[in-house]
Amino acid sequence: MAEIQSYTMNFGPQHPAAHGVLRLVLEMEGEVIQKADPHVGLLHRGTEKLAESKPYNQSIGYMDRLDYVSMMCNEHGYVMAIEKLLGVTVPIRAQYIRVMFDEITRILNHLLWLGGHGLDIGAMTMFLYCFREREDLMDCYEAVSGTRMHATYYRPGGVYRDLPDTMPKYQYSKFRSNKDVDRLNSIREGSLLDFIEAFTDKFPGCVDEYETLLTDNRIWKQRTVNIAVVSPERALQLGFTGPMLRGSGVEWDLRKKQPYEVYDQLDFDIPVGSNGDCYDRYLVRIEEMRQSNRIVRQCVEWLRENSGPVMFDDYKVAAPSRVDMKGDMESLIHHFKLFTEGYCVPEGEAYAAIEHPKGEFGVYIVSDGANKPYRLKIRAPGFAHISAMSEMVEGHMLADVVAVIGTQDIVFGEVDR
Amino acid sequence: MSDRNETLAAQIDERFGERMTRVPSICGELGYEVDKDDLIEIATTLRNDGDFGFEMLVDVCGVDYLSYGSDEWTTSSATGTGFSRGVEREPVILDEADEFDPRRFAVVYHLLSVQHNFRLRLRTFTGTSNPPIVKSVVDIWNGANWFEREVFDLFGILFDGHPDLRRILTDYGFIGHPFRKDFPLTGNVEVSYDADKGRVAYKPVSIEPRTLVPRVIRDDNRYSADLKDVTDG
Repeated sequence: MAEIQSYTMNFGPQHPAAHGVLRLVLEMEGEVIQKADPHVGLLHRGTEKLAESKPYNQSIGYMDRLDYVSMMCNEHGYVMAIEKLLGVTVPIRAQYIRVMFDEITRILNHLLWLGGHGLDIGAMTMFLYCFREREDLMDCYEAVSGTRMHATYYRPGGVYRDLPDTMPKYQYSKFRSNKDVDRLNSIREGSLLDFIEAFTDKFPGCVDEYETLLTDNRIWKQRTVNIAVVSPERALQLGFTGPMLRGSGVEWDLRKKQPYEVYDQLDFDIPVGSNGDCYDRYLVRIEEMRQSNRIVRQCVEWLRENSGPVMFDDYKVAAPSRVDMKGDMESLIHHFKLFTEGYCVPEGEAYAAIEHPKGEFGVYIVSDGANKPYRLKIRAPGFAHISAMSEMVEGHMLADVVAVIGTQDIVFGEVDR
Repeated sequence: MSDRNETLAAQIDERFGERMTRVPSICGELGYEVDKDDLIEIATTLRNDGDFGFEMLVDVCGVDYLSYGSDEWTTSSATGTGFSRGVEREPVILDEADEFDPRRFAVVYHLLSVQHNFRLRLRTFTGTSNPPIVKSVVDIWNGANWFEREVFDLFGILFDGHPDLRRILTDYGFIGHPFRKDFPLTGNVEVSYDADKGRVAYKPVSIEPRTLVPRVIRDDNRYSADLKDVTDG
């Protein structure tokens, strides 16, 4: 029998478990990985360079397409950096709306992560369960912005519009029975807030269902416990943030430590892991979904009781209302200037960071006083995480690579930018 | 937050004195400029000293200051010509000199102290050398590895002491450094399938660059220093 020697294996870029376009060059000794060399950049679109050639507001749409499973959080980081430079204070109602949608986005992201991660390492059913709930949250996106994914809802100075009083409804068609359509529409009779509230009522039960399937599942634990252990020191050294850092036991969450918007007025807890393995990171994310649900609930209650503007009222930055434009000359001029030239941002530089579902999402803007950013740098959490891929998979089996890609919650839209 | 920043700034002034120059910020952030020869020593102290404890490098970012402050359409006086959207812009003169402007390329480091909850920005200019080069901070913060590869790929800034300085985001065999300001937005080459050769082939790019909205810098009195509190270093 021939002697087994080390060899190189190519994983991806087209592989269902690569979560997009990741090419991994693995140096193997039998089935044990000696070294992994991830080749990224297959989805590099030059978002930062494109943004440098466009007025500030025209790049918000690009942000959705970075991490395309947590769209509004990306927008949030970007508009916060612009607001910091402009010195704009966002109306309180808009802050609550942003926080609510950030947390809806976090649930969206974690549901996709859970579904994908489960599918990768043998829990097929999870995918179907998770997408069932994701569908409802996508409907919230649709109700508020008109699109299910790429919302472009956050604007410097607030949000594009106030929450709608009605939910979009299903129409009778030959593709669904009328009974099904009625059932789907029955929870869509009220306003968006009613719909979200109904969701927060049922969602903890859904998380319980996921946990029944996975948390004590023998196969799940065999695939995740003690896989890719990262010590807290290494996690900091490698620039890990978000659940990857908290899974290693470092209590660090920007929502608590450097609160932005209204997070300091909301009641929620930060889960941390203890072993820093895939299983702990799974537990952290599961608990984060429950906490996000709590935050969404509190925002819904606040938003029901308080009304007010959702946009900063300086027409030099925010567009005047359509109605004003029809009769008011000055509004028309403002509108024209904003949509042909945009607004100039004072010279300076700002770094705004938010607690994105995947970690710290930072936007660094250098402005020279023009209507376009001079330099835009997006600090994507996934980029730091995947750079530690080699260290995390060393000494593990080939099958564990998939578990590590899953646990890092990699999305190539943001890694490659 | 800004009070705590001032405390940190006082500590930094006391420790490093003239070697770190405060960069004024319009939004209360703490940023310093350091000489590239001092970078490693300062970074090591910032990471290891208990007073600072910047144990995490959040980001490394390259900046090309070639066209900083230049606009495409004069707005300070009346012009007889409008800005035509289809007009090709004046080509940027390629800087093929042996030496760069000393303030052309900068590397910006964003540091985070988890124990003290501080953020700090360090900026270092690469000097006149072509290719630009700075010392790598990979040994201080291991997470810098890929961030420095990215800066190398996009800006062509070399990092002395980096263990594995390869391109990361651009294609295999890519020529040029796309985020430099003298690199066109549309790129230099495009790929298509060549039926005769039976493979994908490169050819010069066929699309014209178009500027839809001119880059303008307007004097805005609202942001002038007299009317706004500017935190000075």
